[in-house]
Amino acid sequence: MSEENPNYLELITRGIWKENPVAYQVLGICSALAVTVKMSTAIVMGIALTVVTAFSSLIISSMRKRIPSNIRIIVELAVISSLVIVTDQVLKAFFYDISKQLSIFVGLIITNCIVLGRAEAFALANKPFDSFFDGIGNGLGYSLVLITVAFIRELLGSGKFFGFNIIPQFIYDAGYQNMGLMVLAPGAFFIIGLLVWLKNSLPGISKEER
Amino acid sequence: MNPLKKFLNSTEKHFTGSGKLNRFEPLFDATKTFFFFPSPKVKHTPFVRDNLDLKRYMSFVIIALLPVLIFGMYNTGLQSGLAKGETYTIFKSLLTGARFVVPIIIVTYAVGFFWETVFASIRGHKISEGLLVTGLLFPLTLPATIPLWQVALGISFGVVIGKEVFGGTGRNILNPALTGRAFLYFSYPVSLSGNIWVAGNPAVDGVSSATALAIVAREGQTITSALSDAGFSLYNLFFGFIPGAIGETSAFCCLLGAVFLMITRIANFRIIIGGISGLILTSLVFYLIPGGNDSWLNAGPLYHLSAGGFLFGISFMATDPVSAPGTNPGRWIFGFLIGFFTIVIRVANPAFVEGIMLSILFMNVFSPLLDHMVIRYTTSKRIPNV
Repeated sequence: MSEENPNYLELITRGIWKENPVAYQVLGICSALAVTVKMSTAIVMGIALTVVTAFSSLIISSMRKRIPSNIRIIVELAVISSLVIVTDQVLKAFFYDISKQLSIFVGLIITNCIVLGRAEAFALANKPFDSFFDGIGNGLGYSLVLITVAFIRELLGSGKFFGFNIIPQFIYDAGYQNMGLMVLAPGAFFIIGLLVWLKNSLPGISKEER
Repeated sequence: MNPLKKFLNSTEKHFTGSGKLNRFEPLFDATKTFFFFPSPKVKHTPFVRDNLDLKRYMSFVIIALLPVLIFGMYNTGLQSGLAKGETYTIFKSLLTGARFVVPIIIVTYAVGFFWETVFASIRGHKISEGLLVTGLLFPLTLPATIPLWQVALGISFGVVIGKEVFGGTGRNILNPALTGRAFLYFSYPVSLSGNIWVAGNPAVDGVSSATALAIVAREGQTITSALSDAGFSLYNLFFGFIPGAIGETSAFCCLLGAVFLMITRIANFRIIIGGISGLILTSLVFYLIPGGNDSWLNAGPLYHLSAGGFLFGISFMATDPVSAPGTNPGRWIFGFLIGFFTIVIRVANPAFVEGIMLSILFMNVFSPLLDHMVIRYTTSKRIPNV
């Protein structure tokens, strides 16, 4: 990527698809297992992480020439945790129910490898706006995986979509059962694994360079 | 030359090399070697004295499973009749049982074979004979009442996630049949636990069809008397005239199969003997601990050995050469710990009635580590090169 000619669209799509944080870099798996039982929590978590990553990348990148490199982790974490606390408070103020369901996981965005990873790998070496869009792209990529996993888990595990029953009663009467494994954390492991497999076997875009 | 061979030979050129249908070469190869011996023969010395290949390996396991299978069908029919208050003759029991069991086996083989073909075609490896055994073991671990679509899903999971994601037969770390069963167990607990063990009597009420391991004694009663009250005398448990998964009820038939496999050296006797001694020792320890008279804690080794699926699992599942350790001391430890964990899960964990499935899968994960430790230990005992 060239510093002279920033291509914001490319930065975003790279985070969403080509170097997807969960599917390609395998970061942020812990929260991806924990909050994907339902669609609503997954979406809120995705938004929260996107906001935090985008703004932490922006702030850290604009300070990058001032941060002494031997204390940079502390500075980065200070920025990230301030943002996470703000996000947490906003969620508590406006989406109290969902914030209760997400419980500790919003606070744990601080330790989410994606945020620190982008700060370390991208924001410290690039211009603020590039970093901002890189953060958005990675956040969206994370949200994409979360929402896909949550969709599959909610549909198969409890037969619901955003909390509404969408599998009609007659299918249950015909002998269909909800898949209990999908509600358990290993179910998310399998789904993420299968998604990564699917993504890697798609032709073209995401072929690993050998 | 018989017509089938003629046909196969004449069509072979389409499948091999740059033939039109070379994508389906694995399928062709599987069909051909299913009927005839593998064609490439060694023409020069050294000759193999005993050609024990995967195919013969697997067919011997199938032979060992036949008594279990036939008794399983018989018992399914018998239990179904008993639930209706009738005692079926042997022939009628077999037929009734076959009506439940055969569809499950057919679905397993069809779906499993489909996945094997898909992966063999894409990856260009041969369709392995392992499926023949997996596809027979898997149905035998299920209750006869299981819906067929769950059977299809279970074997798909077993073959794809249990085996193919690791690279196919010989590379799996878990036993595929048990992986499929574990998937069904956690996905559809309603179909695999509780009062589901007797087939074909949705209309009959008030028939308790729990397995022996789910029995809990009443106040002031010992577990053995509670078991015989419920029809689980030691005789019934050993010969298998009890409700349960299709293949696991009869300890006797499993032992027959185990002995056959040990004599022909298909199964390693260290795993089976180690497992049985692990189970006996552990249950003896629990037996000698005072208290717990009313639960399986105090049932003693004989009951623990005959009830549940332990003998089926240790004879046919744990001895899977791929997922078991490859060193002899490792095999002893592997077997022993399977027996140990089975008892611990049975008596000390209220969440799971039966422990054999989980303990085999658990030890499968550890078997490379066991091998590693055994090899490290033996090399450390060597006299260093001077």
